[in-house]
Amino acid sequence: MKYTLKRIALLLITMLLVSFLTFSAFDLVSGDPAQTKLGTEATPERLEALRHMWGLDQPFFTRYFRWLAGFFSGDLGVSYHYSKPVWELIASKVEVTLCMCLLSFLIIVVVSIPLGIGSYRLVGGPFDWLRTAFNQLCMAVPPFFTGMLVSYGFGIVLRFFVPGNVPDLHTQFGAAIRHLFFAAVCIAIPRIAMTIRMMRSTVISEMNKPYVRTAISRGNDRHAVLTRHVLKNSLVSTVTFLGQTMAEIVGGSIVVEQVFGIPGLGRFLVASIGYRDYPVVQTIVVILAFWVVAVGTLADLLNQRIDPRLRLGGRV
Amino acid sequence: MKKRKLNGYLLAGLLITGLLLLMTLYGAIHTPYSPTAYTGMKFEAPSAAHLFGTDKLGRDIFSRVLKGMGTTLSIALATVAIGAVVGTAVGAVTGYFGGLVDDALMRLNDTLTAFPSILLALLVISLLGPENKYNLILALGIVFIPSFARVTRTAFASLRDVNYITSARLMGAGNLRILLVHLLPNTGRVLFPALTIGFNNAVLAEASMSFLRITPLETSLGYMLSEAQGMFAAAPWYALSTGSVIALLVFGVGLIGEGLQQRDKEA
Repeated sequence: MKYTLKRIALLLITMLLVSFLTFSAFDLVSGDPAQTKLGTEATPERLEALRHMWGLDQPFFTRYFRWLAGFFSGDLGVSYHYSKPVWELIASKVEVTLCMCLLSFLIIVVVSIPLGIGSYRLVGGPFDWLRTAFNQLCMAVPPFFTGMLVSYGFGIVLRFFVPGNVPDLHTQFGAAIRHLFFAAVCIAIPRIAMTIRMMRSTVISEMNKPYVRTAISRGNDRHAVLTRHVLKNSLVSTVTFLGQTMAEIVGGSIVVEQVFGIPGLGRFLVASIGYRDYPVVQTIVVILAFWVVAVGTLADLLNQRIDPRLRLGGRV
Repeated sequence: MKKRKLNGYLLAGLLITGLLLLMTLYGAIHTPYSPTAYTGMKFEAPSAAHLFGTDKLGRDIFSRVLKGMGTTLSIALATVAIGAVVGTAVGAVTGYFGGLVDDALMRLNDTLTAFPSILLALLVISLLGPENKYNLILALGIVFIPSFARVTRTAFASLRDVNYITSARLMGAGNLRILLVHLLPNTGRVLFPALTIGFNNAVLAEASMSFLRITPLETSLGYMLSEAQGMFAAAPWYALSTGSVIALLVFGVGLIGEGLQQRDKEA
């Protein structure tokens, strides 16, 4: 319990740091957005009115905390480019991106854990090098290239989905998920390869430990030792690794959304950078970072359920 | 030092990477056609005259890919150089001296690793202004500092109190000499694999950033791939050749990294 609280406190501090760094960085570069929007011909009264509307006449910390509170109240300021509330612009996009990231995460977990354990059997075998080479190849093909092939093959030729036209998540959930599934697979492939590689080396190092030797010398079957003892002991590093995977998935989603024409946060972020629409950019950056940090914390908390030694602050 | 033998991964990786590097060097000196000029029919399929075919504007894709490799490789190398040099310096100082600076920098490091690397690169480049190629290099370079700092910090911290360092200190060697002459060469075992991984991430990051057209780099592999998506049905060879070159670059260096690790394991 104490550990859980400590971990959550750390999470909140990291979130605070992330949001503060982002906010102050954008505050530094944005200059005078009201002047940029209205041009040099604007009258001082109109400038003043716009600054007041955007809350730019407030001191720095007031603005920061008001914006931070906005993550709970939904008032995240006004987009410079669209002149609409930021939250109104991104609400539907948050759902799409989170859905796709979760889907991709699920695919990674379901595919890579059985394959990661299975790949141990190839160790030392004649085809082990082939598996290693294939694994490296999967890590090398960038998700946006896979995405292009998939969106042409499955989208345009086989017509499983229409690229660039994602059905609404609320009214046509099944169809939307089917569309997002293909994008999620493209993000997942390199990560599956990495997870398998990591699990393989964890299992190999566990298999060399004294407890495995003991278990086998007592007459246990190698396979039974693998599934009953080694698997459990490999779980902690696997969970940690999968927790870090979320960062990669989010990173991948930014690019893959572009390929598939998915109206998510990443695509909107890229467009908003082009418009220098800082209120939108900083909000999306912070939402994505929060999501990554939260998943990391969840992985840590899960780990100390799995291995109680971690609760005492020990490292295994 | 005993001579260490090449293994299959290392050999294959060096061959692939060497071949691509030769092609890049060749492309820097000479390309069969101008990469930007109209050279023949549009959407021409690969042939002896146009190895990878032509695109919508009739440009020779082979020449474009050669130039694109140069752009992508030089940006990736510059990026890794920034990340490795600054990261190693930060890792050396924090790992060797420890203390308050160590704690503070590592906290900052943890915060920065909360951002996915592409997101951090996008954040930095939107702060610096996306117009210019050097801002892209700087943005990507900054993104790669934390990972190098973390890897080298562990190496420096673990070597700090070993006997030969203590004896060097007793013989009157200064901190700078110990760091550069005694410690740095011994971090190679972690630094080389980190360099191969970093290089691959840099190639992929550069390709992603130019794919997103954040920085208008018209002769980069990522930008060309995003062009190629628009004409996939008419000229699939454009996307296939560009995408395969990116994948091969990363694959080759990945194999070198794998080979280095295997060799260390055997040694």
